[in-house]
Amino acid sequence: MEINLTLNGKKIKAQIRPDELLLDFVRSQGCRSVKRGCETANCGLCTVWLDEKPVLSCSTLAARADGRTVTTLEGVAAEAEAFGAYLAEEGAEQCGFCSPGLIMNVLAMERELSDPSEEEIKEYLAGNLCRCTGYMGQLRAIRNYLNRKGGETDGENR
Amino acid sequence: MFTAREYVKVGSLEEAWELNQKRTNVIAGGMLWLKMGNGQKGTVIDLSGLGLDQIQETEEEFSVGCMCTLRQLELDPGLERAFGGIFRESLRHIVGVQFRNCATAGGSVYGRYGFSDVLTCLLALDTWVELYKGGRIPLEEFAKMPYTRDVLVRIIIRKDGRRAAYGSQRNTKTDFPLIACAVSRKGDSWQISVGARPKKAERICLDGAGKTAAELAKEAAGRFAYGSNMRGSAEYRAHLAEVYIRRLAEKLEKEA
Ligand SMILES: Cc1cc2nc3c(=O)[nH]c(=O)nc-3n(C[C@H](O)[C@H](O)[C@H](O)COP(=O)(O)OP(=O)(O)OC[C@H]3O[C@@H](n4cnc5c(N)ncnc54)[C@H](O)[C@@H]3O)c2cc1C
Ligand code: FES
Ligand code: FES
Repeated sequence: MEINLTLNGKKIKAQIRPDELLLDFVRSQGCRSVKRGCETANCGLCTVWLDEKPVLSCSTLAARADGRTVTTLEGVAAEAEAFGAYLAEEGAEQCGFCSPGLIMNVLAMERELSDPSEEEIKEYLAGNLCRCTGYMGQLRAIRNYLNRKGGETDGENR
Repeated sequence: MFTAREYVKVGSLEEAWELNQKRTNVIAGGMLWLKMGNGQKGTVIDLSGLGLDQIQETEEEFSVGCMCTLRQLELDPGLERAFGGIFRESLRHIVGVQFRNCATAGGSVYGRYGFSDVLTCLLALDTWVELYKGGRIPLEEFAKMPYTRDVLVRIIIRKDGRRAAYGSQRNTKTDFPLIACAVSRKGDSWQISVGARPKKAERICLDGAGKTAAELAKEAAGRFAYGSNMRGSAEYRAHLAEVYIRRLAEKLEKEA
């Protein structure tokens, strides 16, 4: 079947299988940042934005993207790089496998919540699992990133 | 993940219903539960073109289209105001924001899952489901019905002035709940639903006149049957249910 969508700002027309998952579709379109980390909709590694909202591309049919806008890490490369520098600064990553999904959800959170507390940050990111770290480095990086313009968060651990 | 031969974004509920009469076809909500299954499907039926992704509020009720996401329910200011935040509290622990941006109200209610926070929350309120052929029926009745091939169109929550509170416990964040409790009250009329026992949520009604929260909780918790699984034993669940019901009842007493 045919779908028309905007992928990372570019209007495209594509042939898909009726049961093709959005994850496999965006990868076939060259968006290799999007990966599958589980089979149970739990890990968040496959996060993409569908009309600006973060969704699990492993559980969404590509057919559902027809007429809509899909954004992957490749579509927000500059922002991802900027946040990535904060992750690196804190030595937050170990293997880094979880980062693409985490970055997409952090950037979505930044758009959705204004001045989130530590508790709100943890709740928003609860669906992004990391097997290597204890999340502390990531949380420091996220706080620093959100505060980069001089804003404050009322984090509970201060 | 299952395989499917066709995908149809239907233009009407009648079309959806007709397609759904074939056993190999399947209605897709958010697909989170469905995709855990394997096997071959015929046609995937998509209801997303029918405008059923809205929450509407009138003087009497809220009408939640089956394609509304759990995240919409969680963030809806009208539901938050009317029912003391139980939607947000019951939903915010379900996996993650991306997950709740996908999972639908219709799929969650249709599924009637044993672990369901959604069913537990809705059962404590005056909730009805609207089926395409079956019409409007109380959620309590729907929860006990066998699975049929009707289309769940909307969920109706009546604004009957109930105050409500919700609590659940998980062994670890984002896991299924070990116990889920919702309590609502209008005057001395209390409704208590307990899910993840691990059986599917059920609801009881109690007259609370002259009873303390502790007495109410003991009586209520004693009327449910509990089971054991890898998350916890029946005894533990029974104990937790009483504690949660008491705390929720105390909260509602304070608000009154
Ligand atoms: C890993 C995981 C963890 C979860 N954790 C929790 C939890 O902690 N608490 C909780 O409450 N829930 C939990 N759930 C359940 C989840 O919240 C949803 O309730 C579930 O995924 C079903 O919603 P869906 O939109 O994905 O439905 P789908 O998977 O699309 O559909 C589910 C079923 O409903 C049918 N269906 C869908 N829409 C309709 C309709 N309009 N009319 C008729 N039939 C329909 C489908 O054909 C299918 O049989 C979890 C699910 C998963 C996969
Ligand atoms: S791949 Fe794990 S949630 Fe999508
Ligand atoms: S750094 Fe390895 S999974 Fe997160």
